[in-house]
Amino acid sequence: MSDKFTLEIISPDGTLLKLETPEVVIPSYEGEMGILKDHIPLITFLRPGLIKIKDIKERNFFVEDGTVEFANNNLLILTSTAKELSVIDQSSIQEQITAAEKEMRDDSLSDKKKYLLSYKINTLKNINQ
Amino acid sequence: MPSLDDLKKRIKSVKSTQKITKAMKMVAAAKLRKAQESAEKGRPYSQKMQNIILNLTKSINDPQNAPKLLVGTGEDRKYLCVVLTADRGLCGGFNSNICKLAKTNFKKILGEGKELNIITVGSKGHDQIKREYGKYVIKKFSFKDKKNISFNEADEVGKEIITLFNQNKFDKCIIFYNNFKNVITQIPQAQQIIPTETKNLKENNDENFSYEYEPEEDEILEDLLPKNISTQVFKALLENAASEQGSRMTAMDNATRNAGDLVDKLTIDYNRSRQASITKELIEIISGAESL
Repeated sequence: MSDKFTLEIISPDGTLLKLETPEVVIPSYEGEMGILKDHIPLITFLRPGLIKIKDIKERNFFVEDGTVEFANNNLLILTSTAKELSVIDQSSIQEQITAAEKEMRDDSLSDKKKYLLSYKINTLKNINQ
Repeated sequence: MPSLDDLKKRIKSVKSTQKITKAMKMVAAAKLRKAQESAEKGRPYSQKMQNIILNLTKSINDPQNAPKLLVGTGEDRKYLCVVLTADRGLCGGFNSNICKLAKTNFKKILGEGKELNIITVGSKGHDQIKREYGKYVIKKFSFKDKKNISFNEADEVGKEIITLFNQNKFDKCIIFYNNFKNVITQIPQAQQIIPTETKNLKENNDENFSYEYEPEEDEILEDLLPKNISTQVFKALLENAASEQGSRMTAMDNATRNAGDLVDKLTIDYNRSRQASITKELIEIISGAESL
């Protein structure tokens, strides 16, 4: 018995990734969540953060939002913003941080938006280091 | 009988038309490949999204308090029809097929004495529909200046639909588009997006999970349903884009072939009348010589 499950990352432009993996960590709305085989069925949202696919080699994807469904040992991530860390352009990160920080200063934002934005800034800063 | 010169001119003009249709066919073929690819790639996303929604629907215990976007307003009085067509013509029956289907539906809705509102996407459909149903059209979108359809355009339409829904402008929303089956076959389709159609439910009914939700179920639905509307519109737009190019390619291929046939026919006519005039001249010369 293998201890792997299927992971699919799908964006409106196509299937980004489909593979078998033993563990994935997703930045779910209420905190990071590690998923192993035989997790109970689950539906949740993503906040900005990193999807970490932990196999022999770790792969990281930056996401801003998305929907996650886990059922029948099939982890489905629907997102329009996933980008593998290794292909992200370093110079664009700084731009995104500045843009997000500018947006953050807008006082009319709802708490939820602010919460999401702060995670975006933090994650981006972490990547940038 | 047209003169030789006339025939020559006609042949020339048909030939140049043929050149244009041939070029359009090539362009459509190139665009088709791209559009088809993105339509096929976009399918899993919308399908999976729909699946999640269906799974969620199954697990709702209290339909009374479920979000209205999912279960509808409970009434069946006001309809919103979104007709998705192309911005350009010369693509065979593509635009008229959608409009035909839409109009049949309009007639039915109005015949039952229900209220009708129409949103058109794409200028060709708007032109066809406004003739008969102009007063029902409440908004028109056109993405003529956009080269490629992206999610943003679909989101624009989706947001408009949701705003109207929240203003209680309609009970049911149906979208009309062409489903891309293959290059020669595109099937005009009517899909009801609000409330979400649950007829596919039976297919995978045996899988009944009790999901764990994070955050709460209603919060998820609240966020997911509008997203799903946009996703379904996006899917329709992609299918449409592929269908348009496919339809144009077939239409232009036929036009090129017709032009070829026409040139052949005209050339035979031309040769015949040329031969006739030569024979006539010869007879004149011979009979002139004989009389001497």
